[in-house]
Amino acid sequence: MGPFIEVLIAGLMAGVLYSLVALGFVLIFKASGVFNFAQGAMVLFAALSFVRLMEFLQNTFAPILLSLAITIVIMIVLALLVERLVLRPLVNQPPISLFMATLGIAYFLDGLGQSIWGSDIYTLDVGIPKEPLLLFESVFEDGILVSSEDLVAALVAGVLVAGLAVFFQRTRIGRALRAVADDHQAAQSVGIPLNYIWVIVWTVAGLVALVAGIIWGSKLGVQFSLSLIALKALPVLILGGFESVLGAIIGGLIIGAGEKLSETYLGPLIGGGIEYWFAYVLALAFLLFRPQGLFGEVHIDRV
Amino acid sequence: MNANDSGRILLSVKNIEVIYDHVILVLKGVSLDVPDGRIVALLGANGAGKSTTLKAISNLLRAERGDVTKGSIIFDDERIDQLNPSLVVKRGIVQVMEGRHCFAHLTVEENLLTGAFTRGAARASIAEDLEKVYSYFPRLKLRRSSLAGYTSGGEQQMTAVGRALMARPRMILLDEPSMGLAPQIVEEIFGIVEDLNEKEKVSFLLAEQNTSVALRHADYGYILENGRVVMDGPANDLANNEDVKEFYLGISTAGRKSFRDSKHYRRRKRWLA
Ligand SMILES: Nc1ncnc2c1ncn2[C@@H]1O[C@H](COP(=O)(O)OP(=O)(O)O)[C@@H](O)[C@H]1O
Ligand SMILES: [Mg+2]
Repeated sequence: MGPFIEVLIAGLMAGVLYSLVALGFVLIFKASGVFNFAQGAMVLFAALSFVRLMEFLQNTFAPILLSLAITIVIMIVLALLVERLVLRPLVNQPPISLFMATLGIAYFLDGLGQSIWGSDIYTLDVGIPKEPLLLFESVFEDGILVSSEDLVAALVAGVLVAGLAVFFQRTRIGRALRAVADDHQAAQSVGIPLNYIWVIVWTVAGLVALVAGIIWGSKLGVQFSLSLIALKALPVLILGGFESVLGAIIGGLIIGAGEKLSETYLGPLIGGGIEYWFAYVLALAFLLFRPQGLFGEVHIDRV
Repeated sequence: MNANDSGRILLSVKNIEVIYDHVILVLKGVSLDVPDGRIVALLGANGAGKSTTLKAISNLLRAERGDVTKGSIIFDDERIDQLNPSLVVKRGIVQVMEGRHCFAHLTVEENLLTGAFTRGAARASIAEDLEKVYSYFPRLKLRRSSLAGYTSGGEQQMTAVGRALMARPRMILLDEPSMGLAPQIVEEIFGIVEDLNEKEKVSFLLAEQNTSVALRHADYGYILENGRVVMDGPANDLANNEDVKEFYLGISTAGRKSFRDSKHYRRRKRWLA
């Protein structure tokens, strides 16, 4: 039982990252109908900015906080630029044009990030303790070995998601965001400015990307492969439904846990490498049997 | 083209032309006035251009690839045809769109609160207005925590009007409020419109296919056909006009034709005589 749970936890941890990236997708998709291919590039860009700023600011009094603040400002500026230069001119264009535009943003960000910040692998140390913890020794034989880094990461992700939930449910702007997601023309008719909402939602997606980038970067180093996380978010979205925040979170966890468990337990039987295709096969199965995803939006027919 | 003799003009639409998709000419020079404190009806058959006129005023056409290519729209002595929809609401014009367009996944109360978005975070006065909306629509108070998508058509119409009120508008553009509702609900809603007009001093421009109900509650009416105003006058005069009776109120034995056909027909009769 102990080892099983260890694998499960490792899988869920990978899943947290997928969830965060998918969450960024869902927010943007709901608020503006744009399928944002650049979400992975935003993770890399945010993480690169953060890690390099920390390096430059290492002799200041609070390098972590300062670089965090500056990176947040960078992500806000990015959201403003995307709204002004991409979304606004392309409003009312077919979805495929907007999708192509986000592809452009993705490549642009990858290129820009590497030319400003460099393209090496950067280790990121934000002071999360690395030593493993032995838990539940009384319950399981040998206990369960969990890295404290994973625990901190899960906690941070949890706090982020809870904070977003409060933001969406309890604040005026959060309510306006949900209104826009529901019916953007009606939202306009009562005076909610779409451009402003888009900036907010891209900013939030940028912050989520930053958190994902820091969590993952401090585990594996900040490197180009972070950008490819976007490809894993796709099956998560198919699993969870493109419009469901809850679906993104649970879908990410399922895929993270599923790929690690199948790698460990099915790997020896049918050969390794399951991790690399598990998510896509699962997504394919969903496309065939439940195309709206686990939590696909319940469409309320108007009476 | 002057509306009522009394009252200053709050909204004035001057000779506007609207084109969809760069080629489809839908409004061919529409002019109308709404005096302050009045209820003005915009009548006409399906496809006449009523909704297009209201969307032009609220500047909601861009989302439908529509463009106002000529004319001007003046509200409270200021041109508003270049303002974005949010600023139009801030100036005091809110639209309740055809089909109500409630936010289906928000509760009734959340729907109402979104209406106050342009007012910022003035909590106390917003809570006050919420109670006021509930006093006009007591039924909404009972359904306040239901998702709007699960309420009845009448309740959705009330939610949509209540949501508009939350912006503290000086004018509400109301598009087909009677659509798909039972007659007694329609009466209830028009009754509240008159109440709001009287007590809250909100002016209304309402688009309706249901000519008889609209003329009973409005002060003045315009009849739109094929993107043009073909007739206008005080509601009473319109309700008693023979052509309106025949073609819009269905008080006639002849089959429904368009108003313009009738003019042609009469003109020909005159020539022949
Ligand atoms: N988005 C649009 N694109 C092209 N044509 C439109 C669009 N919306 C409305 N129309 C056309 O404009 C005309 C007027 O429509 P509308 O203003 O909705 O009329 P009404 O509200 O009086 O029924 C109709 O012929 C309709 O087909
Ligand atoms: Mg209409």
